[in-house]
Amino acid sequence: MSTTLGTTSAVAINDVSVRFRSKRAETTAIEQVSLDVAPGEFVSIVGPSGCGKSTLLKLVSGLLRPSSGSVTLLGEQVRGPRHDIGFVFQRAALLEWRSARRNILLQAEMRGMSSAEAGRRADELIEMTGLTGFENALPHELSGGMQQRVALCRALLHQPRVLLMDEPFGALDALTREQMNVELHRVWRETGTTVLLVTHSIAESVYLANRVIVLTQRPALVKEVIDVELPGERDYSATMARPEFAAATARIRDLLGAVTGHD
Amino acid sequence: MKPVSGDRWRGVAERSWRPAALLAACLVIWHLITVTGLVEAYLVPSPARTFDLLVDKWSYLWGHTWVTTYETILGFVIAGVLGVLVAVAMVYSRTVESTAYPILLFAQVIPKIAIAPLFVVWLGFGFEPKVIVAVLMAFFPVVISTVTGLKSVDAEMLELAATMGGGPVKTFVKIRFPAALPHLFAGLKVAVTLAVTGAVVGEFVGSNEGLGYVILQANGNMDTPMLFAGLIVISVVGILLFLLLDLAEQLMLPWHSSRRGAAVTTLLAKGGT
Repeated sequence: MSTTLGTTSAVAINDVSVRFRSKRAETTAIEQVSLDVAPGEFVSIVGPSGCGKSTLLKLVSGLLRPSSGSVTLLGEQVRGPRHDIGFVFQRAALLEWRSARRNILLQAEMRGMSSAEAGRRADELIEMTGLTGFENALPHELSGGMQQRVALCRALLHQPRVLLMDEPFGALDALTREQMNVELHRVWRETGTTVLLVTHSIAESVYLANRVIVLTQRPALVKEVIDVELPGERDYSATMARPEFAAATARIRDLLGAVTGHD
Repeated sequence: MKPVSGDRWRGVAERSWRPAALLAACLVIWHLITVTGLVEAYLVPSPARTFDLLVDKWSYLWGHTWVTTYETILGFVIAGVLGVLVAVAMVYSRTVESTAYPILLFAQVIPKIAIAPLFVVWLGFGFEPKVIVAVLMAFFPVVISTVTGLKSVDAEMLELAATMGGGPVKTFVKIRFPAALPHLFAGLKVAVTLAVTGAVVGEFVGSNEGLGYVILQANGNMDTPMLFAGLIVISVVGILLFLLLDLAEQLMLPWHSSRRGAAVTTLLAKGGT
């Protein structure tokens, strides 16, 4: 997808550990994790609750500094909050007083992008994510799925080469979640963005990704990396029915069962 | 999503009839107390007499009302601007917060009526001491509510802003300040009612005009109808200023008011002030 980068990874996490110090004790959230994500790759990260998956994304975005090790994003070491990424959280985090479209455009305003270009891009994304007709709705008038679409458009407005998603569909109902998966898959195919997705859903992690990283319980270590042997273009139901899909999900379930202790 | 205007007015009517009925009931009780001679007329004048006086002495009352309103608004505006500035400084600087908080609290705890005479000694009988007392009364709620509002901003939203790279000024203007506005307005509405009290307290201490002066004079002359009239006018001034702010809030923050309730409900919820 990106030719300028050549063989450089989009994201390189090298031997990173994160320790939090509280009054009494020091806890290790992440222990010597290494991970390479190729440009244009879709990588899912799964692991038990509270294992430090979200922490990993904060490291990549520069919102959090590692206690040791280093993170490189697009060939440049991460030293503070990075502006060349898009971030989607579990909660849409929309500004209540702005319409859907103006929430998307916040990205452009904060960056000082030209408003004509930003407007065109916003309209493109609105169409791509099926928000047409809801441009002027306020967040509280939108359903959870719609709100999350707005958050996705906002994260993609500046055409970031890396998109970080922290359980973006965790708060949605199962059906909406499937729809969002299909849409995210299409958006990823269309934009060629590198995606790092943290999720609790095993099916979601496999359906969307090229690779699934399974983390252990806190402190998080990389337990195993699963290569997803599925075609690039993935129809939802057909993918679910494939033996490769079943094998990958079964393997992940086993691994998670092993790390959480109920197998 | 938006109610049709006819529905809206029906809604207002539905919400207002109870307080209106209560008000009417109070007037009836007041009337009955005075007609039955339960209380001497020189202690509690009848509603009719009070309203007659309101009409008769309208121009006299109007002049004094204007003085008090002017002092109130001036004090309120100064308190609002200062309060927001201090709150912003406190939210952005730990040092300012820890330094200013004890002084703020001290200024709030000290009885304004007790220090008002000092301002009269310093500044004379003009409008200045009244404005200062009004500022002192109104300042605290503005600071507290603005600080709360600025701190209530979603942490994830601020993290998101950091990845957007707009810098602290844009983050403040586009995210933090607008997010704090509902809290700020709540503080301003309390503040404006306190500013009225502040102005009247200032007038009590030393003045020759304003509604506080009117009440003090009426008290000295045992002129209870005038005293009651003065009280009614003060209340009306406070309520009108409050409703004005409520209206401003609804116009400026339609996204917020649409989920809250209308003016009358808020007024009742804050009844004590």
